[in-house]
Amino acid sequence: MSVAQETPVSAIKAPSLPPRRNGRWSGYAHLLMARMLELKREPEVVFWVFVFPLLLALGLGIAFRNKPGDAISVAIVDGSNAANAQSMLALSPHHEQFRPQIVSAEEARKGFRLGKYDLVIQPSAGQGFEYRYDPARPESVLAKTEVNDALQAAAGRKDILSTTSIASSEPGSRYIDFLIPGLLGMNLMNSGMWGIGFALVDMRQRKLLKRFVGTPMRRGDFLLALASSRLILMIVEVGLLLAFGVLFFHMRVMGSVGTIALIAGLGSLTFGGVGLLTASRAQKIESVSGLINLVMMPMWIFSGVFFSYERFPAIIHPLIKALPLTALNDALRTSILEGTPLLHQWSRLLIMLLWGGISFLLALKWFRWT
Amino acid sequence: MPAAIECRDLRKTYDGKVEAVRGLNLQIQAGECFGLLGPNGAGKTTTIEILEGLLQPTSGHVSIFGHTWQENEREMREWLGISLQETRLSDKLTVRETIELFASFYREPRSSDEVLGQLQLTEKADSWVGKLSGGQRQRLAVATALVCNPKILFLDEPTTGLDPQSRRQLWEIIRVFQRDGGTVLLTTHYMDEAERLCDRLAIVDHGQIIAEGSPADLIDRLGGHHVVEFAVNQDLNGAATALWRSLPSVESVREENGLVELNVREPHLTIPALLDSIAKQGSALEHLSTRQASLEDVFVRLTGRHLRDD
Ligand SMILES: Nc1ncnc2c1ncn2[C@@H]1O[C@H](COP(=O)(O)OP(=O)(O)OP(=O)(O)O)[C@@H](O)[C@H]1O
Ligand SMILES: [Mg+2]
Repeated sequence: MSVAQETPVSAIKAPSLPPRRNGRWSGYAHLLMARMLELKREPEVVFWVFVFPLLLALGLGIAFRNKPGDAISVAIVDGSNAANAQSMLALSPHHEQFRPQIVSAEEARKGFRLGKYDLVIQPSAGQGFEYRYDPARPESVLAKTEVNDALQAAAGRKDILSTTSIASSEPGSRYIDFLIPGLLGMNLMNSGMWGIGFALVDMRQRKLLKRFVGTPMRRGDFLLALASSRLILMIVEVGLLLAFGVLFFHMRVMGSVGTIALIAGLGSLTFGGVGLLTASRAQKIESVSGLINLVMMPMWIFSGVFFSYERFPAIIHPLIKALPLTALNDALRTSILEGTPLLHQWSRLLIMLLWGGISFLLALKWFRWT
Repeated sequence: MPAAIECRDLRKTYDGKVEAVRGLNLQIQAGECFGLLGPNGAGKTTTIEILEGLLQPTSGHVSIFGHTWQENEREMREWLGISLQETRLSDKLTVRETIELFASFYREPRSSDEVLGQLQLTEKADSWVGKLSGGQRQRLAVATALVCNPKILFLDEPTTGLDPQSRRQLWEIIRVFQRDGGTVLLTTHYMDEAERLCDRLAIVDHGQIIAEGSPADLIDRLGGHHVVEFAVNQDLNGAATALWRSLPSVESVREENGLVELNVREPHLTIPALLDSIAKQGSALEHLSTRQASLEDVFVRLTGRHLRDD
């Protein structure tokens, strides 16, 4: 068969346009743009990076919110004196802090066991009452004292000393205030490790890295574009979560935006570096997934995301503080909640810098493009 | 002028045990379309990736227009358009974005629209890569190679998995590239592709070149341009082979599953004699056909195996 018989293609080249010239940063700009477009078009990424932390903050913030005015929920066991107890509580000048409920003995016991009630009042023979409380639960101990004071006052006890108290539940010391910086840190770790580590191995497995290396692409530009995309995403992540805390939970941000951005930026790059290291050799996304989880697991537990690492024995505190996520969380917390200047945090910044820097150098040494 | 692609005594041993390439020499001139033809696992991909500077050879020397990868990698990358055997481009980028991305790495790329048009991807320019058919992806892979305005095009099995029409379209694109002065190195295990497209080709088996030349040359070396295939109703033992060989104008004989293949220079001399001798033996013909010899015959002749098992 001759050429002429074959399907004619647009064989005659269109009059060639003059070749265009690309500048030094053209590759970098296109790589960054491609990365951002891909992220934007990946609904899972949008969910895990942006929506999930917000949901987590919302859920935990509501579950552990300080009850309005620290209302004390009290179960009064139904009986001859129950209504009496209730009206005595209502006489108290602080009656709004009590939430009394008259229920059966059975229900009271069950509710108390589940933490629904802080205290159970059992009218006893005569005019007296019997309290059932849990000395191990601070709110239960408090409830006993407060209820007792109210009942005694209603029964005619006079306080000799005149005292006044001012309620002070400042934003800044609540669980949500502790939680949001921790979530920020965790999110920066997650997206740094997955966004760099996973993405690279995925490209290696798809032979896309090899294909890129077959072009004059500058390898440094490629890594730089990945890091830049992380930083852009970081700004959105941090901004969203902080704005959410401020709007929904009236969180107060004490530190300056610049300081927080700097710490968060350093954090993302640190975990980008660690992510690069975990991805330096792995050929399959399955193996890198395991590796990433293995690296992150101890930090989820120890680095004070959901609860303070002060709960662990003091002897391992130095180890915990040497973890990059601990440094990031602590730095974010003190900056956001206390407004501590950057200079006072140099040891934490140094820890992050060392983790990120050493990982990056090792990764460059071991990294396989093919 | 130095050869476009040259390699001497190329060897590659994976993990110290798999000898994928075992002493390969090639010299491809500028403007040539050269094919590496061989069965699965022959070492084609390994060879082409070493030439592309993507894989380190265990030993041997490679040069592209007289330059070596160790000395001048960055500059050499500007000259090469590459399509790997298996690359999965990003699903979530559009065709145009993908081409623009590859174009951005080169100093003086071609216009993306022109390349899109040439590969008939204009219609799909704004579709996501993930939504393309296999053939369209293959064309996109070639487009990413062509957009850099290369001097040499490396194509590793560019037409595998394409329908006949798409294959022809791709051949045409390769021809146009060559006509404009480009050099092409491609691998394939399609005979007809190699015969149509390549000025010269090397048949590779077990990491070595077992024959090299133009398609016509290689077929000539068989000794006959025609193949006569026949089967008889009796199982004739080995003695028959000598008989067939002695028929006029027969160059070689092969037998497979009761089917005899003769390489013949002039069928009009062979066939009457063949019929005569079958009749003399008292057997009857069950099948007889003649055809043009192909590269497949060359391969079978050289290795005793078929190139493709299907
Ligand atoms: N990364 C690797 N590690 C180990 N062995 C490999 C590797 N890549 C290829 N091989 C082996 O080297 C030999 C040649 O492989 P190669 O991919 O070069 O063959 P090919 O001619 O391209 O085959 P195909 O037609 O199937 O693409 C095969 O035996 C293969 O198993
Ligand atoms: Mg191959």
